[in-house]
Amino acid sequence: MNWETVIGLEVHVQLATCSKIFSGASIAYGAEPNTQACAVDLGLPGVLPVLNKEAVRMAVKFGLAVNAQIASRSVFARKNYFYPDLPKGYQISQYELPVVGPGSLDIEPEGTDVRRIGITRAHLEEDAGKSLHEDFHGMSGIDLNRAGTPLLEIVSEPDLRSAKEAVAYLKKLHTLVRYIEISDGNMQEGSFRCDANVSIRPEGQAEFGTRAEIKNLNSFRFVEKAINFEIERQIDVLEGGGTVVQETRLYDSDKDETRSMRGKEEANDYRYFPDPDLLPLDIAPELLDEIRASLPELPDAKKERFVETYGLSAYDAGVLTASREMADYFETVVERSSADPKIAANWVIGELTGALNKAGIELGQSQVSAEQLAGLLDRIADNTISGKIAKEVFDAIWNGEGSADEVIDRRGLKQITDTGAIEAVIDEVLAANPGQLEQYRAGKDKLFGFFVGQVMKKTQGKANPSQVNQILKEKLK
Amino acid sequence: MSLSSDEVRKVAHLARLGIEESAISEYAEQLSRILELVEQMQAVDTEGVEPMAHPQDISQRLRDDEVTETDQRDRFQEGAPQVESGLYLVPKVIE
Repeated sequence: MNWETVIGLEVHVQLATCSKIFSGASIAYGAEPNTQACAVDLGLPGVLPVLNKEAVRMAVKFGLAVNAQIASRSVFARKNYFYPDLPKGYQISQYELPVVGPGSLDIEPEGTDVRRIGITRAHLEEDAGKSLHEDFHGMSGIDLNRAGTPLLEIVSEPDLRSAKEAVAYLKKLHTLVRYIEISDGNMQEGSFRCDANVSIRPEGQAEFGTRAEIKNLNSFRFVEKAINFEIERQIDVLEGGGTVVQETRLYDSDKDETRSMRGKEEANDYRYFPDPDLLPLDIAPELLDEIRASLPELPDAKKERFVETYGLSAYDAGVLTASREMADYFETVVERSSADPKIAANWVIGELTGALNKAGIELGQSQVSAEQLAGLLDRIADNTISGKIAKEVFDAIWNGEGSADEVIDRRGLKQITDTGAIEAVIDEVLAANPGQLEQYRAGKDKLFGFFVGQVMKKTQGKANPSQVNQILKEKLK
Repeated sequence: MSLSSDEVRKVAHLARLGIEESAISEYAEQLSRILELVEQMQAVDTEGVEPMAHPQDISQRLRDDEVTETDQRDRFQEGAPQVESGLYLVPKVIE
């Protein structure tokens, strides 16, 4: 039987505020345990939550970026459950009336057409603390620094049909939240976490199959692997005559499998109700207008503009707009240099990205600035150096040897464009290799490259390659 | 609508309330009466009435995003039954 996979994702995005969602404690990462857990976060008697304005603005910003309806009035609710990393005995979340209503996100998984994925809702909530289960002589250690950190939970429709699509959606969402600067998206630090609801059904069937919820997915690679494992597991269960149980499963990246969280599993009964400590959240139309006006150019629009304005391929435009930093870097290079934008794109996607990957650093730490790269491309454009020599110059700039002009001067890399000088070198090369010359004249065309190579070697790569080709061709006629 | 003994046990467990087995039938009866009252209220026609989220008809005031709290861990942990390396210790929560 052919099975169809149905996936819906719940993504928790940590908002890049300074303070917590309901208290004035810091959310800076990596602090000593419990030094950023104040009376409100600890749920001490008599405290009251006060909502963070910036967290609200960020939620609205996201909603506008995915063309969602923003609720003019939304309500905070208590989600009740007992766990020591949540001292109040409930998490403040939103239930029936979330701040962000239905919207959508367009994805373009490799080699396929654009697909529009529905976003059901996005709501504000507080994060829980962390439990440490090791080394405390049979007890658990609780760190409540994370308790009360603002989260935006973004829930997709069950519109995704493969692990690949799920990853494409996540990457797109990840790009978007960083573009609009509502989250640093740091997955190692847990700023962008994903739970996946996975089910399968016979192809053509309208009803959904029973789903399993997979937790603990903290990298794009794990999302893909965990979903693929889960699909295979469910197919095995159903084809073996069994039934899929609705349950929560944990992904174990060491064993590359999902495991049932039995024991802890108990029918979820959160008994949501409106939190009497918080009043309904009203969002005035003026605030919406103000936030809409402050939105930056979004990834899709930027990509389209790059294709139209700079004549880039859709693929290159996609790579360059995958992060705002990369897009800004590219545009600075284009603005500051007279080089063809396509050449600039090749350098940013090729040499620069390669050097960054090799050094294992982010664009922000690049050792070649956009201005320096622009200077280098100018020297290629005005024929001072060849593209090949430019790579050497690039490495030198990367290693801190200064601007392109300084490197070219110091190392004497200026291209030889004087026809007479090139002719002289070619004559020397031909005279020094009579055997090869004879073979070439006898029809061994491949030797043309040999002569070019010899000329370049003699000039330490400084001869203008197109001139060498042209003059050599004439000489060999 | 009347509540069974099992439902009383379940609700008590969810709320982490320790109740005497002998008191369960009495609780079941009392809680059932509350539910009956709710049932009576269900009969009221609420068509067109906006659900109330809060008895006060005002909206949420917002706080500026500033860190205003300082580290008071030592004071807070004075009241905790057990702490170690800055962590609050609790009975182990996973097996």
